Parts: sequence; structure tokens; C-alpha cells
Amino acid sequence: MSTGGPTRAASRTSAGQAPAPRSAPSRAAGLVVALVVLVAIALLSIAVGARSIPLGTVVDALFHRDGSDSSYVVWSIRVPRTLIGIAVGASLGVAGALMQALTRNPLADPGLLGINAGAATAAALSVGVLGVTDLRAFVWFAFLGAAIAGFVLYVIAGRGGSSPVRLALAGTAVSAALTGLTQAMTLLDTQTLDQMRFWTVGSLERADGGTLVRVLPFLVAGVLLAFFLARPLNALALGDEAGKSLGAHLGRTRGLTLLAVTLLAGAATAAVGPLVFVGLAVPHMVRAITGPDQRWVLPYCALLAPALLLLADVLGRVIAKEEIDVGVVTALLGAPLFIALVRRTKAARS
Amino acid sequence: MTHLPTAPRAATRLTARAANRRSFLVCVGLAVAILGFGVLALGTGSISVAPLDVVRTLLGNGSRITNFAVLDLRLPRVLIALAVGAALGMSGAVFQSLSRNPLGSPDIIGFNYGATTGGLLVILLFGGGTLAVSGGALAGGLVTAIAVYVLAWQRGVRGSRLVLVGIGISAILQAINFYLIVNAQIADVARATVWLTGSLNNLGWTQFWPLVIALVVLIPLLLAGARRLDMLEMGDDAAAALGVRVERSRVYLLIVGTAACAIATAAAGPIAFVSLTAPQLAKRLTRAAGAGILPAAWMGALLVLVADFAAQRVAGASTLPVGVATAALGGAYLGWLLWRRR
Repeated sequence: MSTGGPTRAASRTSAGQAPAPRSAPSRAAGLVVALVVLVAIALLSIAVGARSIPLGTVVDALFHRDGSDSSYVVWSIRVPRTLIGIAVGASLGVAGALMQALTRNPLADPGLLGINAGAATAAALSVGVLGVTDLRAFVWFAFLGAAIAGFVLYVIAGRGGSSPVRLALAGTAVSAALTGLTQAMTLLDTQTLDQMRFWTVGSLERADGGTLVRVLPFLVAGVLLAFFLARPLNALALGDEAGKSLGAHLGRTRGLTLLAVTLLAGAATAAVGPLVFVGLAVPHMVRAITGPDQRWVLPYCALLAPALLLLADVLGRVIAKEEIDVGVVTALLGAPLFIALVRRTKAARS
Repeated sequence: MTHLPTAPRAATRLTARAANRRSFLVCVGLAVAILGFGVLALGTGSISVAPLDVVRTLLGNGSRITNFAVLDLRLPRVLIALAVGAALGMSGAVFQSLSRNPLGSPDIIGFNYGATTGGLLVILLFGGGTLAVSGGALAGGLVTAIAVYVLAWQRGVRGSRLVLVGIGISAILQAINFYLIVNAQIADVARATVWLTGSLNNLGWTQFWPLVIALVVLIPLLLAGARRLDMLEMGDDAAAALGVRVERSRVYLLIVGTAACAIATAAAGPIAFVSLTAPQLAKRLTRAAGAGILPAAWMGALLVLVADFAAQRVAGASTLPVGVATAALGGAYLGWLLWRRR
């Protein structure tokens, strides 16, 4: 179980029943390690780029904001990019964990299930059709798109979660249709093709400090709401009936979880475009460390998912002469993992 | 229940003879609709030709203007639409039946992304002509199909795992396609982007003949597989009991089904959702069990013809690629399908 097997099996055991529960101190220590990992990768993300800056200079420039070239590159380009990577990564990681808990589906991921595509399509429509240019305005369209996609998916899935296959298929189909729509718009309006390409694949390249400031309130709200939901989600993991008898409100918990996913995925997509697989991989790795208790899974995801995203972003900058967008790298890294999960998931054996 | 049923099941299943009769009538009906719509498509445009004159022109009695408008300008496009649609419909029927899942069609599980990658590589790296692009698309589609099949293999291949692995592979291919597009010369990108959405613009007789030759080879191969497909649909054990070599048949069907999809993709780019919707719609009409390859072919041809007609006219001066219209139609249909099978 601790090897990150199917959530369905893993989440059936609640925190209290988990075999050999890890002690709180060791899990807290692990959280500190995760934080250190994130900080280290964030420093790497600030140091590595088209213009390589020695780590010492980076640290120096971080503390002394003078007019030097290094300081300028660090503060105006690298730091905002890294911060937005952290914010978006944390959001998608938490959103993925929430969706996997809610649907009891190990393959759930806001990108794979079309939530991000819904946000991207609505945002692109608002830019392309309504001429909205301010992120503060189109982030609301992104929420709307994410909410609609989430709702459609939820309706399709039916009550009480659905089989992994069905949900993954429905999500793929929804995002295929939405991606087609976004593509059509880029074709009709070739002048905005370059801006729109942002909505086709996720990229941190364009994000700046302003982007971060505008989406941060929503992301923070989403993460806080998620942490508030940890306990009821633990109860629901036992099954609908058992959860109810433990005092969990099924409808309220599901509704609020969808709200949190919408906030997180919608704002993240508005900031950097749709990213796939970030929310899929990390919760699996985390559950292998923490066990199924959401009160630990969610904070670990909030630290390790951004570490993974930043790592993917750095890889994309280093591998090729031309920078590879982070959305491409996460797809290339995440898809093999997805296939490995599919091969292990019982439900896909029918 | 881990997958959606592929056909209206036993409750509505007709006796074999009645079903055959009904399938035949549906094919005839679809053919009549295609003829009618084809005449309409051939007659409308900047040069308007009355339906009767279209027929007269087709029979070789046209004037110079109608000859030009109908035969030179519009006929190849209409015929390519029909051929591409038929190929996509048949490919979809094969895969939906193989995976026992209406969403297991090549456009969902990534074979046309693979074909796209192959075509793109040829366009962007070698700047190849139409034939080379077709070859690249065919190779890309086949390599993808083999990869999906091998990765889905676990003491045999199950439908739902095939579909899910396909989803993972499509994600990789989409990422590669995107990377190729972003880092290419702008002139190549323009050509590739139009092709990428699925378009019949600028296609003529030169593109028509290779397509038809490929189909003439492929259709008998597909129909030869149809009987085994129907048996596989009853379940692996039942099929094996009836003397079908299950895995070998599956590989054969996978190859011919992929070839059909790749040929269509090579000619017109990946036209979304036709291979998903055509077999499903045809099935609703025929109400027959089994793959229903021929009705799916007729339905696919009609769908692409209608979608291309609409895409040429809906956006005023600019001609939308047909893929945009099929994506919109297919998306709506898909939503309804999923809602109903909830």
C-alpha cells in the first residue's frame, strides 16, 4: 500500500486504521525535508537559464538588490518566474490530490480530466472574442470554464465516483473537444496565434510578477479550503455510508472540493496555460511517504508538486538550445508514469 | 461496468436477417443523402450552378463555365471529403469494436496524433511534398499503434487498457507535435498548422488519386477482417471457441484500422471526431450488433461532406478547416453520448 498503489484501495483505510501509522514527528520532519528540497530547486531555477549565473552570485543578488546585470536578471525575470512556478505547482498538486480523493480514482488529474482545458478555452475565448486583455478580468472566465468542465465531468461520472477508465475517458474527450475549439480560434485570428499558443500548452515563460499578484489570492483561498477539507475527505474515503455515519456531509464536502479544485486549477491555468500530469504524479509519490491521511497528503503535495514543476521548467531550459515549454516537459515526464499506473490499476484489467 | 457498451445491446438486437436488411437500407439511404448533398455542394459557391445543370455536367454535357466550376474546382474536393470520411468511419468502427468502447476511436487514443507527428516531421525537417508527407503520416500512425499495443500488453490486450495507454501516448505525441511546431520556420508552421486542424483547402486531383488507390487496396482488407471483428465482440473466449486466433486477429485489425486512419490523416490532416461519431451514428440507424464497417464508412463520408460544406460557409470570407466543424459537431455529440450513458 505504501508503494503508491491504487488509491481506491489505499484510501479505504482511514488515518486511524492505517496499518502501522507513521508517527507525527517523523511526518513533520519529512515535511521539513520537502521544504528544503523545494528551496534548493527554487535556487536552481533562479540560477539556471540562457544566462548562467553562479549560485553564489544568485544568493548575493537575492539579498542585495543593486543595479547590476545579475541582480536585474534575477529579480525581474528569474524570481517572478520561479515564484509563479511554485504557486502554480502547489495549486495543481493540491488540486490533483483533492480530485483523487474525491473520485477515489488514481488516474484523476485536473489536466487529464479536462478542467485545465476548460479554463484555458474560456480564457482564450474571452481574449479572442471579447477582447479582454487584463488578467484580472479573464481569470474569472478561467474559473467559469474550469467550473463548467468540472461540473460536466461530475455529472458524467455520476454519484460517488466512477470507474477510473470512465472518468479518464470522459476527461480526455472533454479536453479534446475544448482543445479543438481553442485551436480553431487561433486559426481564425492568426495575429493572436502567438499569444494563443500560450493557451495550447502551459508555459512559465510569459508569467511575470503582476501575474503572480493577480492570481495569488485565489490560489491561497483554494489551498486553505483544501486543508479545511482534509478531515471530511478522510471520512469519505471510507465510503459514502461510513463517511456519513462519521458525521461527514457528503454533498457539502463534494461541493466544496469541486470549488477548491475550480479555484486552484482555474487560477493556475489563467496564469500559465493548461498543464497536464502535475497533479497526477505527486499525490502518488506523497501517499507512498505519508499514507492516505489527507491532513498530511495535502501539505506534502503543496511542497513537492512545485518542486517537480520547477525541475521540469529548468530541464526545459537546459535540454535544448531553444527553450522547451514546461507543459511539453511535464507531458513527456508524466505520460510514462500515467501508463505505468494504468498497467497497475485493477480497473483497467477488465 | 468499466466501459461503455459499444452497441445497443441484446434488448434491441434484431434477428440476423432483419438486421442485414436494415443495414443495407441504411447504406442505401446514406448513399442517396450523399448524392443529394454532393450535388448541392458541387452547385454552390462563387459560381452558382443549378442542381440539374450539375447533374448534366457530371454526365459530360456541361458548358465551359460549369465544367470548370463543377469538375475542376469542386469535384475533387467533394470526392476527397467522401474518401477521407469513409476511411475515418471504417477506422473508427474497427477500433471501437476492438476496444469494446465507443471512445476507443483513433482520434481519442492517439493514432492520428502519431500520424500527425510523422507528417509534421516530414514537413518540418525535410520539407517533403504531399507523397512524402503521406508516407510520414502512415509510418507515424503505425509506429504509434505498435507502441500502444505493446505497452497495453499484459498477458493479452484488454480494451480499456488499450484506450488508457493510448491516452498516455497521445499526451506525449501532442507534446512532441507542439514542440515541433514552436521551433519551426514560420512558413512551414503556417502550412503545418492548417494541416494540423484537418483541412480540405487546396486539395485537388493530385491528392485524390493516391488516396483512392490506397482505399481500393485497403477496403477489401478491412472487410475481410469484419467477420473476425464481430466474433471478437462476443468475447475473447467465445471467439477462441469459434476458432478465431484472438491475438493474431487483433494485430491484423489493428494494422488495417490504423492504416485507414493514417491514410485519411495523410491526405487531409487529423479531422477530429469523425471516427468517433460515424460508427456510433450508423449503429443507431442500423440497430445491428457487430462492427458495422460499411454503414460507418457511408456515415463518415456524409459527415465530412456536410462538415466541409458548413466550414466553407460559416465564417464569411475566411474558409475554416473542416476539422473545426467536425470538432464542434463531435464535441456536442460526445457530450450527449456521455450524458446518456451515465
